[in-house]
Amino acid sequence: MLARYKPYLQLAPLTLALLLFVAAPLCFVVTVSFFRTDGFDTIPAFTFDNYAAILSSGLTVSLYLNMIRYALMTWAASLVLGFFVAYFLVFHVRNRTVAIGLFLLCTVPFWTSNVIRMISWMPVLAEQGVINGALLKLGLIDAPLRILLFSDFSVVLAYVHLFTIFMIVPIFNSMSRIDRNLFEAARDAGAGRFKTLLLVVLPLTQSGIVMGSIFVVTLVMGDFYVVKVMSGGGSASVVSAMYDNVSTLLFAPAAASAVILLLILTVLIALLTRFVDVRHELVQRG
Amino acid sequence: MSAIASTSVPSRPWTFYVLALFFGAYVLFLYGPMLCMYVLSFQGEQGALSFPMRGASLHWFHQLWEGRTADIAGAVARSIPLALIVMVITVVFSVAAGLGFRRRVRGSNAIFHAVIVSLTAPGYILGIGIGLMFSLFGWQTSWYTSALGSHLSWTLPFGVLITFAVFGRFDTAFEEAARDLGASSAQTLRLVVLPILAPGIIAIALFGFTLSYDEFARTLQTTGPNNTVPIEIWSMTQNVTSPTIYALGTVTTAISFFFIGAAILAVVLIQRRRRAPRAS
Repeated sequence: MLARYKPYLQLAPLTLALLLFVAAPLCFVVTVSFFRTDGFDTIPAFTFDNYAAILSSGLTVSLYLNMIRYALMTWAASLVLGFFVAYFLVFHVRNRTVAIGLFLLCTVPFWTSNVIRMISWMPVLAEQGVINGALLKLGLIDAPLRILLFSDFSVVLAYVHLFTIFMIVPIFNSMSRIDRNLFEAARDAGAGRFKTLLLVVLPLTQSGIVMGSIFVVTLVMGDFYVVKVMSGGGSASVVSAMYDNVSTLLFAPAAASAVILLLILTVLIALLTRFVDVRHELVQRG
Repeated sequence: MSAIASTSVPSRPWTFYVLALFFGAYVLFLYGPMLCMYVLSFQGEQGALSFPMRGASLHWFHQLWEGRTADIAGAVARSIPLALIVMVITVVFSVAAGLGFRRRVRGSNAIFHAVIVSLTAPGYILGIGIGLMFSLFGWQTSWYTSALGSHLSWTLPFGVLITFAVFGRFDTAFEEAARDLGASSAQTLRLVVLPILAPGIIAIALFGFTLSYDEFARTLQTTGPNNTVPIEIWSMTQNVTSPTIYALGTVTTAISFFFIGAAILAVVLIQRRRRAPRAS
């Protein structure tokens, strides 16, 4: 009798936490998105004004385009980095302990502060920073490059720096599961190194790539502080505009914008997960 | 000697050297800026935000600790207990859920989807939602209630994903053997299941602690009147233009490194003990 209900009891704490701190708050965001804003007060009402204002504004479109641009650039860079870092660790490092050690070396920064890691680019990219200093000393440039900091370049650089680990881990997992005999088979069938990579490794790491892509894209689309700090205030994203709204107590417009963004993310994730069964991917034996 | 080595170990392909260089460049990209920041935090009193170093001292750490720029001591005294509470809750809830998820119970897919939503929903939006919920219910937001909840929405998904990976490799024959030998279900859990899962549990604890300690986006609207460390860092990025902010970066990263090191050491010790032959 007890045994039948045991799994439910074991799942209850997690479920309660998710209901209280994820489901309920999101319901409140949806509710408030229909409220009216009057000066600094948020008044219970049922109005589509917040949505109408967002959807009819050209500014919104530019925010979304900017966000998508950042997401695509970060995705492409982190995919290339993540794929080859994982490839090196799985297929080129022979000693397993060394491979785990190097893998941890990539992971450790993830367990430290994102805000601090972002700020640490300042002394590197600034006008009197490390890169400009080195380039000036080498005589490659005559005047410090201004494009390095407070630009799209620095924003995407910080994203890649912060989020590539989310690409490395799932791809590393997928690659670790590839049967090494396939390489021999590919070689026997006459495939070269590049062809094996393209026709054997790439298809078999597809699920890892999809999971990594979901992480990276949702993290970039949900960001506000990297855009705010690394663009020097010159650029904005959907969530950074939401942050500006909340700073001036405009909760209802921010909530409407949040609902639209959540819908877009849901559709995107639903499309991407058609290519991969996340739960199956995790439970599979490594 | 070298002849023997070259026959027993096949020579490395040229791609090894190219990718090793690529990997080295990535590690430099990962750690280089952080190292610059640590070095710059030890500047003299004339120090600025970029190189060259102007003297060497602990001046900026003193500045930081005197609290002229922000209440750092107070923030650390909140962030560490909060991270420890989040760590314990994350471990208990995730492992319990991991045990429950092994049976195909009704609604388990819905719970799993909620976990994915919790993981992928923009943190700032969840923070706004929790803040709105507290204000509409008339509750006061604080670091040990609303911020605690917002942190759980970030750490629990990682905890659950790790238990999935760990339980996927767990051989249920051990449990059956324990039961056959007359162990009660509590004994089986304490003496068989938990020890086998120990490295995974330490991993969950590490994620629980560090992700809470550094959580920023979800905390901004939920921390209430008293700030945690990342919120203090954020307010410093808005108004501090001295190396104090680098000093804070060095201090908070050192705290993180301490816990990461402790967790890795614990896992290494457990693995070594497992591999060592038994004395008796």
